[in-house]
Amino acid sequence: MTVQTEPDQRRPEVAELEHAWHERPSLRTWLSTVDHKRIGRRYMVTAGVFFAIAGVDAIIMRTQLSRPNNGLVTPEEFNQLFTMHGTAMIFLFATPMFFGFGNFLVPLMVGARDMAFPRLNAFGYWVFLGAGSVMFISQFAGAAPDGGWFAYVPLTDRPYSPGRNLDVYALGLLFLGVSTTIGAINFIVTALKMRAPGMSLNRVPLFVWAMVGTSFMVVFALPALNLANAMLFLDRRFGTHFFDPTHGGNSLLWQHLFWVFGHPDVYIIVMPALGIVSSVLPGFCRRGVAAYPLMVLALVTIAIISFGVWVHHMFATGLPFLSYSFFSAASTLITIPSGIQIFAWLATMLRGRIIAGVPFLFAVGFIVNFVLGGFTGVMFAMTVFDQQVTDSYFVVAHFHYVLFGGAVFPLLAGVYYWLPKFTGRMFHNGLGKWAFWLVFIGFNTTFFPMHVSGLLGMPRRVYTYPTGLGWDPWNLLATIGAYVLALGLILVATGVVQAIRRGPAAPDDPWGADTLEWATSSPPRPYNFAVIPQVHSLHPVWDERSREAMATGDVLAGHRAVLTSELDGDREGPVEMPESSLLPFAAALGLLFVVLGLLWGQYWLAVLAAFAVFITLARWLWPPHRTPEEAGVAREGRAP
Amino acid sequence: MRWPARRRGTPPPPRGAAALALASLASAATVLAGCSTGGPQSTLDSVGFGARRAEGLFWLMFWISMAVFVEVLAFLGWALLRRRRHTVRAGGGDATGFVVVLGVAIPAVILLPVYGRNLADLDALARPPGAPATTVELIGHQWWWEVRYPERPGAVTANEMHIPAGRTVRVLLRTADVQHSFWVPQLMPKTDLIAGKVNQTLLHADRPGTYRAQCAEYCGKQHAFMALVVTADPVDRFEAWLARAAAPAPAPTSQAEQRGRAVFEGGACASCHTVRGTTAHGTVGPDLTTIGSRWSIGAGAVPNDRGHLGGWVANSQTVKPGNYMPPQPVPASDLPDLLTYLQSLR
Repeated sequence: MTVQTEPDQRRPEVAELEHAWHERPSLRTWLSTVDHKRIGRRYMVTAGVFFAIAGVDAIIMRTQLSRPNNGLVTPEEFNQLFTMHGTAMIFLFATPMFFGFGNFLVPLMVGARDMAFPRLNAFGYWVFLGAGSVMFISQFAGAAPDGGWFAYVPLTDRPYSPGRNLDVYALGLLFLGVSTTIGAINFIVTALKMRAPGMSLNRVPLFVWAMVGTSFMVVFALPALNLANAMLFLDRRFGTHFFDPTHGGNSLLWQHLFWVFGHPDVYIIVMPALGIVSSVLPGFCRRGVAAYPLMVLALVTIAIISFGVWVHHMFATGLPFLSYSFFSAASTLITIPSGIQIFAWLATMLRGRIIAGVPFLFAVGFIVNFVLGGFTGVMFAMTVFDQQVTDSYFVVAHFHYVLFGGAVFPLLAGVYYWLPKFTGRMFHNGLGKWAFWLVFIGFNTTFFPMHVSGLLGMPRRVYTYPTGLGWDPWNLLATIGAYVLALGLILVATGVVQAIRRGPAAPDDPWGADTLEWATSSPPRPYNFAVIPQVHSLHPVWDERSREAMATGDVLAGHRAVLTSELDGDREGPVEMPESSLLPFAAALGLLFVVLGLLWGQYWLAVLAAFAVFITLARWLWPPHRTPEEAGVAREGRAP
Repeated sequence: MRWPARRRGTPPPPRGAAALALASLASAATVLAGCSTGGPQSTLDSVGFGARRAEGLFWLMFWISMAVFVEVLAFLGWALLRRRRHTVRAGGGDATGFVVVLGVAIPAVILLPVYGRNLADLDALARPPGAPATTVELIGHQWWWEVRYPERPGAVTANEMHIPAGRTVRVLLRTADVQHSFWVPQLMPKTDLIAGKVNQTLLHADRPGTYRAQCAEYCGKQHAFMALVVTADPVDRFEAWLARAAAPAPAPTSQAEQRGRAVFEGGACASCHTVRGTTAHGTVGPDLTTIGSRWSIGAGAVPNDRGHLGGWVANSQTVKPGNYMPPQPVPASDLPDLLTYLQSLR
């Protein structure tokens, strides 16, 4: 069913709008665009490429571990492989991928024309691309980080890791942190100020709530990681001894700082995925997600409690009993908001009329896997059991159920669900179903046996293992599963490419879904909505009044968007949106050279590049020409 | 409330959904089958009070999880099979009661006593079956374990720990370099060895036996080969072992051993290793006073036999790449005597 909400394209106002937002295809506009949809697609494609490379790392590891005493890779290579796999999947794939979804979808879902800060948005992407490239190129140069994604000191301090590897880690993540932080701020402001009139907070789609929750967690959690990495770099390069107990430092300080970031980060990754599930279900259950207020409450609760659980990553470090009992309680408690969401989705299905579809299959697969990951999650809240199986393959199984089962499955649901909107093309249904079954079976065959090998005492991060400990069959099974999983993921990629190249044109609203991104064309025009929607409910596309308002409203002319109030979404008036610009690209390039200068120890280059960044930012922020009234010129004839 | 209808053909039969539920149950069955297997490092074959607590907690959580999993699958199956009936219409209502009862109330009722059990277990780990009878000092090195018995000066060994069975042993944990973690799955959950800190754990083996342990915190290149065997002996045998371990190395009893000792003392060996009772006082590598009786070479890298020992001495880098012992240019004529001597150190 196609919702006819767009005004007739021939209307002269729309033609003028097309002109105001048009970007002529050229290298210059490719580098200077600030269109959130183009930037969002770039995030997704780039993160997808990083996912593939980090996935190849995983396949090599699984091949090495398929049998005991295997010699496919050297210990050095293996240590780089698991470090890069973890670091890349967490920092360069998961977060940027969901930021890509958010970039494309948040403005569309709230009925806006772009993100609140379009140039900052472009800057964020270029920084991400630079940071990711630096980290991956280091792998091909054989100098990739090799201290684990958690980079515990003293192993990562200079005496034990004298190479450039850990400098790449510390600087790469600091560089990337710039991108993540400004992305998060942009989501928060977009969701608070750019919503369509009438979209009060109780009418905000759950995916947008999830992106806002994630963004607040980023804003509060990331400084801890940035601080830790800055201190690590200073320790390594200049001997500041922050983490060195032989000179008055403290090696546990790193672990506290890292996990103050690290645990919220799990939810930073999973929360947008939960939002995707809440977006996909209504279309396939023919009703809104049940218990919306509880769902929002659950997201907000997770965002808060996630800051009080970090010590469960340190249950074996010998901290006091009181600390253990508190963090164990918080870690137990945080399962309840996840339970709320699971049962709300089940209620949605039970009270809905289910229609099959590839995105729905992935959402159901997600529920099965995420529930299993949740169970082991509660187990890790239990201090004594945590101490027994932490740093074993049991924990590897657990967090892959949470992060692959709980985040990648929804992500794949989202890929199939929004592919028509992203590309304007429909995917091949049969190919999608095959992909689902291979991914589901492959995933469980890979990661379920790891529970067992972990319980049988197999530690993590070992490049090989002796025979006779009962681990061999479970490892072989996991390796077979990994190949099936890889095949499934290749089919997903094939499906996407096939859709883009040969897929039939997508209707505006192929699923008959409820949120505003389906009320515009597939793919959307650069200005998203000619008429800024007036929202009357949580499900505007299903609601006659909102649809009528979109069909009959006035076109908002010019390169402008509408600002609304934070809580009630009351219209505050139009605002001029920034034009495309090369400055974000230039600033990101400058920042890249600052990082490279620091990395190679060429501090003159870092200083020069920092100066260039400063000049670029000054040009970026240079005040516009002001009229005499604005500048405060006194009116003639008033002078005494 | 009116729900928009979607004009489409009849929905396909839900074979996929049923298969999904089946696959999930099959995988749950797999773990049950798998867990019946023990192993020298299995957490599910506990022999000490700490490991037993953890194992009990695991099975409790496992059965609760299975019950909840069946509940979730039942709801899911119901929802998916229900759609076979083409007359089904989407219903209104917010299902708040359903979500609050199943998502908040029931989990809270289950989790509260489980958390209580967790506190009891945590407390129990600090209350061993008896007061500590022996203290062992365990020092982590990249990539081997140094084991000392402070109550018996001189008793130093490596990559093996002997304890009296049926007695509580206090283990003091510290590291000489990076972070490691001490984990004897059958006896006790793990405790980390942290730079600048002395941690402590308690071991209690209910019955004599050997229990494999392995470093559980990533510690660099050879983290995979940093294993330790805990041998729990009856008290009298343990005391005999301790007396032997504290004594200087026995004097060579043959000409070959005598020549071997000369090679050891005169060559590079002595600059890194100690053999008590000789002039070799190096402290970089493991104390070799009892090397002949140890279970492995290189902390689990290879078995301790003459062939592997020879290979290790000549070039340990081919056996355990990256370890801190450089290749030793021992003349081929000296090597057999050196090996004979090392094997005699029991």
